[in-house]
This record gives sequence, C-alpha cells and structure tokens, in this order.
Amino acid sequence: MTDSNSNQCKGFMCGLVGALRRPSVKYSVGTLLVAGFVMGIVFWGGFNTAMEMTNNEEFCISCHEMNDNVYQEYKDTIHYSNRTGVRATCPDCHVPKEWNHKVVRKIQATNELLHKALGTIDTREKFQEHRLKLAKNVWRAMKKTDSRECRNCHNYDYMDFAEQGRRAVAQHSQGLEEGKTCIDCHKGIAHELPDMREVDPSAVVGSH
Amino acid sequence: MIKKLSMALIILGAAGLAQAADVRSLRGHSDLQEDSQPPEPKRFAKDGEPIARDYVQQPPLIPHKIKGYRIDLNSNKCLSCHSWKHYREAGATKISQTHFEDRDKNVMANVSARRYFCTQCHVPQAGAQPLVENTFKPVTAISAE
Repeated sequence: MTDSNSNQCKGFMCGLVGALRRPSVKYSVGTLLVAGFVMGIVFWGGFNTAMEMTNNEEFCISCHEMNDNVYQEYKDTIHYSNRTGVRATCPDCHVPKEWNHKVVRKIQATNELLHKALGTIDTREKFQEHRLKLAKNVWRAMKKTDSRECRNCHNYDYMDFAEQGRRAVAQHSQGLEEGKTCIDCHKGIAHELPDMREVDPSAVVGSH
Repeated sequence: MIKKLSMALIILGAAGLAQAADVRSLRGHSDLQEDSQPPEPKRFAKDGEPIARDYVQQPPLIPHKIKGYRIDLNSNKCLSCHSWKHYREAGATKISQTHFEDRDKNVMANVSARRYFCTQCHVPQAGAQPLVENTFKPVTAISAE
C-alpha cells in the first residue's frame, strides 16, 4: 500500500510523506523510542525555557515603551517598594501562572510586537493618547478572569480582616458580599491612571 | 594697611561664627562637620474616626493614611470615596457643596478646579508634638469643654 502510493506520487513533499510513513529498516523500535523521548525533552524544555526568558522584568523593560512609561510609574508604588521587600514584577501581574493561560497570553502578545514595530506608542505623548484604551484592555481581562493574577498572592480566604484597617474591613466585606473582583476597586495601584472622565466622572475635575 | 584689613576681617569672621553658633533650630542642632542624625520618620495614623474640628470653617483633618493616593489631571483618588456619588457606599464624609463653586460663585457639575487639590487644605495626622508651646483653645461653639 505504502509502496504503491509513493510510486504513484512524485515530488519532494510526497517523498517526505512517503519516507515518514515507511517503517524503519535500519533502527530498532527501542532506538526510535529513546531518540524520540530525548528529542521530546529537548524541544519541550527548549520551548518552555525560551518562553520563560520572555517572562521576566528585564525582558519587559528592555523595550523603552515599557521602561520609560509604566515601569517608572510602578517604581513609586507599593508593589515595587514596601516594608517587607516582597516585590511583584511585571509578569507576576500581567502573565498568568497556569501554562495554558500563559500560552494564550503569549500568543496575544504577538500583537504587542506588531505595535512595537509600528511604533504605536513610541513617545510619551503617543502612550498617553492610547493610555485609556490600554488600561481598559487590562481591566477587561482582569474582570473576565476574576483578577486571577492578583489572587496568586492575595487570597480572600486567607485575608485576616481583623488585621485590616477600618476602611479596608468595610470595603472588603462589602466587596465580598457583592461578588466584586479586585480590579473593580483597585485600579491604578501599580501605574498612573488614564483620564478617568468617562470611567468615573465623579473623580475628575469639574468643568462648566 | 593690608595687615590691618586682614586683622579686621579675622575679627569680623570670628564674630560671625560666634553669632552662628547661637542660632539653633528647634528641630535640633548638628555640626556642619558631622553627619546629621536623620529625624524619626513621622508615622501617619492608619485609620480612625473623624477628628473633631477646632474652629469654625476648619477644613476637616484626614483621619487615615493617604500614601499612594494620587491627585492629578486624570483623576483624584480621594474623590473615589468622598465624592457625592461614592460617599454612601464607601462610608466616607462627603465633600462640602462649596467645593463645586468656582471663584465667580458659578456652581459646576463636579469639583471646581480651585478645590480639586484636596491636600492643599486637608491633611493627614501624625503624632507630632508642637515644637513651641501653643495655647490655642477651640472656640466655645464647637468645643466639648
């Protein structure tokens, strides 16, 4: 069957497919299995290593759009500097921990590469122009996942309300009751906020 | 002549030094040659009940920490609790309606630019002792005594 097929079909692709379909005459099943196993480890490990290389702060801020805008703002916030010295880096909040969600996010990030090439936000002015849209993208994603990345560290179940301030207790109990998610209230905690005129008109300066 | 002049300069300089030594800051004195001791950082009260006012029209004090609360052209963090829209839900004191007036007494749809920068008048509190004696007493109209 295989032979007759490869005889009928000519050309490079057909030859390749034929060669792949034909059982090996040279190598034992054991050799093929071991080689396959080793190559599997190498490719899988290589893939994950490469992905992890793009999953740290140095990589994120190697691009000036991130370094000059969001990173500088983040350095003033509690997630960068605090009394215990525990830090959340860019991917801790912006890249999911679970593998499948992480791959989806990494594929989405190819769009960011496109806009890096197009220079969509390559000046501070351009960045500020796009800020509301970019912030809304992140807020929407966090809302959709019930603030999954926040909860990698902050878990309602282990929050001791007795240790919190009066205001925090009131707000957290109410939020829990109403099924709110972190990002509903905690916007702009790690970066400056965009123009909030349309998001919360009561929290901006009035006009005539 | 030069001798006399330099003599005079030395005397003047010495007098100046003696005078400088008498000037002492209420915040403590440290010699120019030595490293100064950094003052103990002031710790703001984390959270508490509203603080009573001491005179009529005193801007209410902020009884909680405000670290990281930004007030800029894009938004005002204070208003996300103290605005008329949010104060009930947040359990916060609402801003006075005087804050909606511009300087020509026109009432605006939201906080007037001249009242937008809350911390110009409203300040959080740290347990700082007065450096000089203060005999101020709250007016009887609002004093509990």
